Amino acid sequence: MNWRGGLLKFCEVAGLPIFEPFVRLAAGEDKKEQFVGIAKYVLLPIVAIALFLGFWAMAANTVVTDSAKLPSPKATWDAGAQLIAMHYEQKQADRLAKQEKVGEAVRYMAEAKAYGEAAEKATGAKKEALEAKSLSLKKRAVSAVNYEPSSAPTFIDQIWTSVGTVFFGFLLATLVAVPLGVLCGMSPWFNAALTPFIQVFKPVSPLAWLPLAFIVIMWYYAGYSAGETFFNKAFLISATTVCLCSLWPTLVNTTLGVASVDKDFINVADVLRLSWAQRLFKIILPASLPLMFAGMRISLGVGWMVLIAADMLAQNPGLGKFVWDEFQNGSELTYARIAFSVFVIGMIGLVLDRIMIFFRNLVSFGNPAPA
Amino acid sequence: MRGYVELFRLGKTYDTHKGPVVIVEDFDLNLERGEYVALLGHSGCGKSTVLTMVAGLNPITTGGVAIDGREIDGPGPDRGVVFQSPCLMPWMTALDNVMLGVNQVYRNASKNDRIDLASYYLNLVGLGGSLHKRAKDLSQGMQQRVGIARAFALKPKMLLLDEPFGMLDSLTRMELQEILLEILVRDKVTTVMVTHDVDEALFMSDRVVMMTNGPRARVGAIFSLPFERPRVRADVLDHPEYYEYRRKMIQFLEEQDHRKLKADAEAREQAKKQDEAEEQQVAEAV
Ligand SMILES: Nc1ncnc2c1ncn2[C@@H]1O[C@H](COP(=O)(O)OP(=O)(O)OP(=O)(O)O)[C@@H](O)[C@H]1O
Ligand SMILES: [Mg+2]
Repeated sequence: MNWRGGLLKFCEVAGLPIFEPFVRLAAGEDKKEQFVGIAKYVLLPIVAIALFLGFWAMAANTVVTDSAKLPSPKATWDAGAQLIAMHYEQKQADRLAKQEKVGEAVRYMAEAKAYGEAAEKATGAKKEALEAKSLSLKKRAVSAVNYEPSSAPTFIDQIWTSVGTVFFGFLLATLVAVPLGVLCGMSPWFNAALTPFIQVFKPVSPLAWLPLAFIVIMWYYAGYSAGETFFNKAFLISATTVCLCSLWPTLVNTTLGVASVDKDFINVADVLRLSWAQRLFKIILPASLPLMFAGMRISLGVGWMVLIAADMLAQNPGLGKFVWDEFQNGSELTYARIAFSVFVIGMIGLVLDRIMIFFRNLVSFGNPAPA
Repeated sequence: MRGYVELFRLGKTYDTHKGPVVIVEDFDLNLERGEYVALLGHSGCGKSTVLTMVAGLNPITTGGVAIDGREIDGPGPDRGVVFQSPCLMPWMTALDNVMLGVNQVYRNASKNDRIDLASYYLNLVGLGGSLHKRAKDLSQGMQQRVGIARAFALKPKMLLLDEPFGMLDSLTRMELQEILLEILVRDKVTTVMVTHDVDEALFMSDRVVMMTNGPRARVGAIFSLPFERPRVRADVLDHPEYYEYRRKMIQFLEEQDHRKLKADAEAREQAKKQDEAEEQQVAEAV
């Protein structure tokens, strides 16, 4: 495949029709047709966004209460830029502090060495005192080297925490939902046993789950103090909530995918007398992958949506907590920052969705999903 | 008489929401080893039903099927099936599709031997150059060739073909018919082929079994063809009795049509009479 074919294929699989006209233009195809494509996928959205910003700016001038006003696009943008700048400042400061500590450690070590040498020459009580001094200096040096800046997480840190939490929760959900879905799809008996659970728990909101997830984790972590455990408690609570909510779309779609494998494929498997494992791995799983991934795509979307709420309640240091804290602070910048977070949350959701579309299209043997 | 393959009073009843419907009843047929039988009949008469029962994919209601003296029990690789649509796994290559069955039947052969065998049959059907193409990227005709190679590579005792060329254009169809006959001459596999096409039945088979229209379809007539093997299309067409056989078969099908039309008309008449009677009752009641 030449570069043109490769790029076009990528646009299709990644669900990015927006780049297609540019690729074709670069390959020297009919200009007029490509400009239509550009107008449709680039210009039109730009116009729509401009209109939206206009209305927003108008609304920002109108919606004003005694204590607060709707942030304008400009204020939102500035707040965002400031948040990002703050992140870099903070990291810079942390780095400086760390450097200073390392310098300190070097100094302590040098002093400790000097005391140690003096101790070798001395005798009796004096020697003991000098050795003790040297040892305590060494200890101080070690603790200085191990210093971790304890500044509050910045906005960017919180984004990473959120993304990490959602992926962890999603991974857990996938690990549970796919095998269960396969079993449900293959065995009507198993499906019948599980159906009441699926039907009842699927529509439950995360806010109801959270306190229950809370108890289980509190029980599990009883007796440990913070920092002793591999996972942070709040992180686990959030991730579990994400997991419990994003379980269902994958489970339901996997069941459907496995149960609706083409009868002809099953006939082929029957004629060949494939073993149970071969039937599963060679036929049923590959045939049901597209639906499975369609379910996982929905799951990840649901997980991301739920995470913000879970973060807020569990006080997991993620975007949800950021929004909540801002709201509680009630500073001048509060609403602009929240508005900015809304966009960031949306953009990350978009990227996650694209990633899942990409995977789904990879396994869908030539029928890409509509983006 | 006992044949190599024996269909003994084979019958099928489907449960529909209107109650059980007997589609095929008392279907008797014996095939000799290496014989090629075509199953011809109107659409919906139950040809696929008979074939899938022999394949073991469709539970038998009454009667039974025995191959080489043993009654069949479920599907198995001793009966290769070529379906009307190719039924390849679209995510696998042509070779892998054939290997799926080969791995199953020749478990003790070395991996290289198995690959050789699969490639050999793919070569026979003219796909030597497309071994590693994905099935979804092959044309219909090529996919059907892979299906044929997959069935033959199992070295089955029996081959069951359900309108194997139905979805192909006539040129590809003729080419594949000849390829199929060539392999059959080599491997001497007992074959049952379902078809709609009188000329295909005449060119390919030793005997043509005509089915009556359903419900309760059964064997209506059997024609033993005098054409020599190996078959050459031109010779078969030039054979003095070719058109005579062709005429008889079409006549049989048309008779079935008439019978069906007559039966339909009678059924309509019956329904009308019943309607009238009911209306009269209503009128009397009022
Ligand atoms: N699973 C089923 N349940 C109920 N009725 C069925 C079922 N399968 C087939 N039938 C009915 O049995 C009859 C015979 O079907 P079959 O597929 O064997 O016909 P056919 O001769 O192969 O037709 P065609 O030439 O169109 O393929 C049809 O009337 C069909 O409606
Ligand atoms: Mg049929």
